[in-house]
Amino acid sequence: MLGSFAVLRKQSLLGDAISHAALPGIAIAFLITGAKDSNTLLLGALVSGLIGTFWIRGIITKTHLKSDTALGLILSLFFGFGMLLLTFIQKQPNANQAGLDKYLFGQAATLVESDVWMMAVVTGICLFVLLLFWKEFKILLFDKDYAKTLGFNTKTIDILITSFIVLAIVLGLQTVGVVLMSAMLLAPAAAARQWTNSLATMVFLAAIFGAFSGVFGTAISASQNNLSTGPVIVLVAAVFVFVSFVFSPSRGLLFKQIRFIKNRRDLQLHKTLSFMYDIAITHDDISHPHEIKILNNFQGYTKRTLKKLVEKDYVTLEGSTWSLTNEGFKSALNLYNQLTRNDE
Amino acid sequence: MSSAQIEIQLIASIVAIACAIPGTFLVLRKMAMISDAISHSILPGIVVGFFITQDLNSPLLILLAALTGVITVVLVEYIQKTGLVKEDTAIGLVFPVLFSIGVLMIAKKANDIHLDIDAVLVGELALAPFDRLMISGVDVGPKSLWIIGGILIITIVLLLAFFKELKLSTFDKGLAASLGFSPAIIHYGLMTVSSVTTVGAFDAVGAILVVALMIAPAATAYLLTTDLKKMLWLSIVFGVFSAISGYWLAHLLDASISGSITTMLGLLFLVVYLFAPSKGVIAVMYREKQQRTEVSLLTFLLHLKNHEEERERHVNHLNEHINWQKVRSKTILELALKNNLIVIDEKIVSLTDKGDEFTTQAIDYIITNEDSQIEGMKDDFFLFRG
Repeated sequence: MLGSFAVLRKQSLLGDAISHAALPGIAIAFLITGAKDSNTLLLGALVSGLIGTFWIRGIITKTHLKSDTALGLILSLFFGFGMLLLTFIQKQPNANQAGLDKYLFGQAATLVESDVWMMAVVTGICLFVLLLFWKEFKILLFDKDYAKTLGFNTKTIDILITSFIVLAIVLGLQTVGVVLMSAMLLAPAAAARQWTNSLATMVFLAAIFGAFSGVFGTAISASQNNLSTGPVIVLVAAVFVFVSFVFSPSRGLLFKQIRFIKNRRDLQLHKTLSFMYDIAITHDDISHPHEIKILNNFQGYTKRTLKKLVEKDYVTLEGSTWSLTNEGFKSALNLYNQLTRNDE
Repeated sequence: MSSAQIEIQLIASIVAIACAIPGTFLVLRKMAMISDAISHSILPGIVVGFFITQDLNSPLLILLAALTGVITVVLVEYIQKTGLVKEDTAIGLVFPVLFSIGVLMIAKKANDIHLDIDAVLVGELALAPFDRLMISGVDVGPKSLWIIGGILIITIVLLLAFFKELKLSTFDKGLAASLGFSPAIIHYGLMTVSSVTTVGAFDAVGAILVVALMIAPAATAYLLTTDLKKMLWLSIVFGVFSAISGYWLAHLLDASISGSITTMLGLLFLVVYLFAPSKGVIAVMYREKQQRTEVSLLTFLLHLKNHEEERERHVNHLNEHINWQKVRSKTILELALKNNLIVIDEKIVSLTDKGDEFTTQAIDYIITNEDSQIEGMKDDFFLFRG
């Protein structure tokens, strides 16, 4: 859901960066508390994720480094630092430390009921805030300057959205892990984007796609041995994206191709018709029969276009000759008029 | 220092150099995230290669993994070209998918063999010296040293051979194309080199460190210089420095070497980010403050010029009138006094001749807003800073 905002804000890779940046937070939280309570760990992840995000912001605004560099930098540095802490923890005499690396790759099977409740609550809060600030979010998303002139505090809204994205990512970490989190954030939104131009529909669709890929992915991974849940969910989501890319009615590749072919055919038809018109106009009688062979000189001509013309009653065929009907003549004339008008 | 320690540091340094060179260009071409994508998506290539060869160090493996890297780039570009999503979304979609495929392949087929995901992502430099290359029974050194050394030499040769082309196509794609260099070939060449380096290095230092070593030194260097050659050198120096210091940090903490090298890189970047002479955060903030003072001074002088009445020019009145805090107005007053722009006579401020002339000039500039005027102004402004 929140992924929609990330995609539209061109911050897609932020998810990736945050999910990596959350690692040192988890490790530090563990170092401080010494316990593997998932809530404190998540809090740590949240804090370090936010630090990472705002540092990225700082780098982009304060220096001339570009956003991709900032992202990659923070991502790898935080992750490396997190790894350092993790290995450091592993050397500590603390029996609790096992399983921290679960956060790296995620294991939906390890979730307990309280985790699920926690997720449900946070999702509910996200939804609530989203509805509450719907208008503000939307305006900020599409026209930042306008939002500013209207007197919205764009900075606060910005921070709000970012915080929620971070929150969502941190929660998802447990399920699909660091590496695949970005896909979870992006894939449903990218798929939903293909089907609609309206933000509300897109957010709704993204939520549905996300939920479906979660359910299907878990089902597939449960039905087979040795299939970890995270990757399967991601692959299912990827299938959604692929299907959306290809089959979406207005933006999809398939329909684009079909439209393209159709346009080309129309063009050929018109060309043939106008060529016939040129011939017919040299005779007094427009329906004077001509040999089909004449048309062979003309490149756009195929048997199919001729048949189509017959179907439309523009042309009549008799043996090896064709002749323009009245209707055909009229529409060809119109075609010409249109063309010349366009030229002017 | 034992020979193993020296070897580890040597490997780390060479990896750092090998990464810094393509990394510099990636950062300059705004494609830094591609390296992250490549480092993740080479996984299926490695897995497939491993199935075929059953050897983690065979050249075929590197070739296949590099191929997957290039496939990633091509896929990202294809998705981007359809216009359905933006480039960053395309990257974010492609690499998790490829990575998932890799993870699943490992989980399904290779569960019992030595190839786990942690090793790919994090790497274990400490083990590198134990994997030795034997040529006809003679121990010639660690395998990974040879691999990454070979990659480094290839990279350097390519860099020297195509430096001009790379430079040109990085900074001015249009010109490069019009001069007859194919930007596409250079682009894919760079991508191939990056993939090969990533693959060669991942075994020793892990995928994440590869990304860090590619981006961090280059980004740090970019903050310090705008000269491409200097930037290359600086990033190599930074890379090697953090490789060696990172090793000792890890030694001290008894923690992962790749993690501590990354941490060193991070510290280095933080220091430069804060203290870089012209582009660091502190320098930028200082400059902004100075500019603010200059603008305030100008406002103040204009105010003086506009008001002949004594009431308006009283020191205390100025505070409220221009709405400045006490400290700030005091600084401005002192600055103006020091530059002989004003005189204060019984708490009444008035412009000197010099101040008057300067203000007239400033008004001229503000009205005409011509660039030719600003040059002289800049020199004058320079006076205040002293």
